[in-house]
Amino acid sequence: MNKKLALKTLICRLILDIAPEVDIESLDPNEDLREELDLDSIDFMKLLEAVSLETSITISESDYDKVQSLQSMVNYIENRT
Amino acid sequence: MEYAPIKKDVSATNKLANMVNYHQSYDDFNWHEAQQLIKGYKNGINMAYEAVDRHVEEGYGDQTALIFLEKKQQRKVFSYAQLQQTSNRFANLLKSLKVDKGHLLCSLTDRSPILYTAVIGCLKSGVVFSPLFSAFGPEPIKSRMKIGGATVLLTSGKLYKKKVATWRHEYLALKTVLLYDCDGECPSDCIDLDHVLVQQSDQFTICETAAQDTALIHFTSGTTGKPKGVVHVHEAVIYHKYSGYYALDIHPQDVFWCTADPGWVTGISYGVISPLCNRATLVVDNAEFDAIRWYNILEKENVNIWYTAPTAIRMLMKAGNLLSLNYDLSHLRFLASVGEPLNPEAVIWSQKYLGKVFHDNWWQTETGGIMLANFISENVKPGSMGQPLPGIKAGIVEVDDQGHLTEVTASNKTGELAFKKGWPSMFRDYLHETKRYQDCFNDDWYLSGDLAYKDDDGYFWFVGRRSDLIKSAGHLIGPFEIESVLIEHPAVVEAGVIGVPDPIAGELVKAFVSLNDGYKADAALSKSIMAHARKKLGPALAPREICIKQNLPKTRSGKIMRRLLKARELGLPEGDISTLESDETT
Repeated sequence: MNKKLALKTLICRLILDIAPEVDIESLDPNEDLREELDLDSIDFMKLLEAVSLETSITISESDYDKVQSLQSMVNYIENRT
Repeated sequence: MEYAPIKKDVSATNKLANMVNYHQSYDDFNWHEAQQLIKGYKNGINMAYEAVDRHVEEGYGDQTALIFLEKKQQRKVFSYAQLQQTSNRFANLLKSLKVDKGHLLCSLTDRSPILYTAVIGCLKSGVVFSPLFSAFGPEPIKSRMKIGGATVLLTSGKLYKKKVATWRHEYLALKTVLLYDCDGECPSDCIDLDHVLVQQSDQFTICETAAQDTALIHFTSGTTGKPKGVVHVHEAVIYHKYSGYYALDIHPQDVFWCTADPGWVTGISYGVISPLCNRATLVVDNAEFDAIRWYNILEKENVNIWYTAPTAIRMLMKAGNLLSLNYDLSHLRFLASVGEPLNPEAVIWSQKYLGKVFHDNWWQTETGGIMLANFISENVKPGSMGQPLPGIKAGIVEVDDQGHLTEVTASNKTGELAFKKGWPSMFRDYLHETKRYQDCFNDDWYLSGDLAYKDDDGYFWFVGRRSDLIKSAGHLIGPFEIESVLIEHPAVVEAGVIGVPDPIAGELVKAFVSLNDGYKADAALSKSIMAHARKKLGPALAPREICIKQNLPKTRSGKIMRRLLKARELGLPEGDISTLESDETT
């Protein structure tokens, strides 16, 4: 549980580095991140790069559909660490 | 590094190419024949008639016009007859709302069916259509609608709430807001489109628009001042059809996929008008870029012609060389790219891993259509923009200090890319800025603002831009619009915005700002400025990086020297700094 929370905090911090205007508290963790937070393709790519850098987990292109929401991204990283 | 031309054998394609011999087509060209491609409507020309109704009249109503792919795999198909009916309903709705010929409707939508219905519906009722990019923030939306004098807005319930509702009543000219997907929660001062559209008749008599009547307004960025409203007329449809036929090799019933967002000119000219006029079947994907999804679409929809952008191609390259090999791309016949120069490595990559070469082409909002292209029948020179379409006289020119223009006839010599004026889709004005429009012409040449050279074989090569405009992910971004928003932040006293190279997006927006007294440069302030910019401008225009300086380099008249900021950022020679009055300090 703590690991999940730590990952969630980390990803939220990385989102705020890229898009500091977003209201991260009101983000539904199960909704599409890009749509909910108005992130474009470049933002999303930078987010995945930052997540990979911080966690040493590479998110391959074929798994992009598994990291569309905050919750699914947390689960994805957790399952690979 | 120099790349060898990629040899082409036009006879090897499984469909006879529309252009078999470029030089013959160029030499034999006359505009009268190009005009024969369109039918004309009554005593004039109407874009919507050429794109849709004409095909229904000629017995092709059952052919699929549009295939919509929703984010969650739903697939919807519309025939030409259905598109005719829904656009008739839209036109009748406009009529019932007293939206008349010449009024302006702006759209702020995703790639949903209603957009295509609305474009055609507006054009057939003589209402001028202007698309806005849905990733814009409130400021660029508001400024463009005000410049255009839009009286109608088409948007979704969600986008309205997020980007329009807060300022809607500041802009009194906006009489009507049409909302789709408002899930039963339509505000009382808006119209629930999903509810009212179905009540309209699907019969409509198309407005008899004249060739020179305004059809479309596309906004583009300027180096200084506000965005420019680029005016295009119904006659442009001749060139939309003709250039799709020659430069993209569109045949009737081809499955055609233009990945450009319809919020920009490419997404309308070649994402709607041109392929419909050529009676293709259009694939429309309403999802963000995803390499696997894209390869799936190419395979499952049997796409024949694919028109995309360098940023997307580079993202596909990044996704892995071997990924494409898992898909059957054998239906692809022609691949083209536009938006910014396509780097030669991407051309070579496509040949190797997609089995087909990308054909780069060049045009801009003002030209309304493709002007230079690598053609299906011609060798592709990786890195080149190609050759002029038959009927287009392209040249490299120089203008001296007195304003005298000379054409550079020597090969490989850099000058400004220019075109002899008079092609049908040439813009007719910048809205309310005729002087600015006239300044784009010298003698009978239209000056593009891009620097280029022509090689010995007549291929054109991009060198750079004459102005400070930024090209990021294929979008042309004007620094002034971003700087104006940055200085609205209470901490910022001045701002200079430049483009910095990026391997995927081409360029990314970087802002340099200096601070008012009492503010301290730190990470929290940078974030606060970034948040302010993204909120107002949206992710497509906002800077990706903010650099705080104590002072920015300025001329005597106080103008920020973006050129100098850029030279220093990139470690390039500073050039002439005789006008520099006050230099930057860190």
